[in-house]
Amino acid sequence: MQPTDAELITAVLKGDTASFEPLIAKYSPRVFATARRHARRESEVEDIVQEVWAKAFQKLGSFRGEAPFEHWLMRLAVRTCFDFLRAHQRNRELSFSELSEPESDWLDHFVADPDRSDENATAARQLVERILAQLSPPARLVITLQEIEGRSVKEIAELTGWSVTLVKVRAFRARAEMRKCLQKLARDKYW
Amino acid sequence: MNLGKLQEKLFAAARAHPPSERVPYAFEKRILARLAARPVEDARSQWGAALWRGAAACVAVTVLLSVWSFSGFDRHRSGANLSQDLEHTLLASADEVDNNW
Repeated sequence: MQPTDAELITAVLKGDTASFEPLIAKYSPRVFATARRHARRESEVEDIVQEVWAKAFQKLGSFRGEAPFEHWLMRLAVRTCFDFLRAHQRNRELSFSELSEPESDWLDHFVADPDRSDENATAARQLVERILAQLSPPARLVITLQEIEGRSVKEIAELTGWSVTLVKVRAFRARAEMRKCLQKLARDKYW
Repeated sequence: MNLGKLQEKLFAAARAHPPSERVPYAFEKRILARLAARPVEDARSQWGAALWRGAAACVAVTVLLSVWSFSGFDRHRSGANLSQDLEHTLLASADEVDNNW
């Protein structure tokens, strides 16, 4: 019979580091998926996930077992991703005139017939990545969690450690930032 | 261009393709090796390190204050010596009471 998470955590806290391995194996897929939402390069993704597990090991003593280990770990993962976004703020004043050809074509199709443009296209995914990369770290995190992952304000507050009011304020600002970004995209491409 | 619609399309594109959950080969072994290689910091050593940092800060403040008090910074407003100044300061309230009586 497989040991439960609680049993593994107790063993790790008693000094049996090897008991941490099944936890890493079990939850790494979710942590990787979360990290890939926020970082593009695979090397960056691996750095984030390594950081998450290092923090999890270090702070395991603070896990009280009231909520599932996965929830605690995901909070750690989201906060680590946010730290990563803040530390790697690139020049966000990029011009949309440097769109790739498929991205540009996808936009042209959208302008010609918005209802028939294919949202499954790779170009659309690349375009949304490009736009998200131009948002501030809090705006990017809120948009990702709320609009793309479909999480509620309360869930975002729990994941990020922000208050519900702060999440609402940041979500409002994020939507405004997103609107500005799309306006810039339209201006750069068509005006 | 309908920006609201464009935003919806882009979000739909992102939702339609959740990121991969692929984990690199033997990732857990690598993490474990890293964790094992890390120096273990128990609460006592962390507390000791914090105390040393605090002590260093206190020494720095003491040195700065000593330099300041022995330098000629406030010579123009000091009395005959430091002990007299201290005495005046400590007895200032008592003098005040005497004067009021």
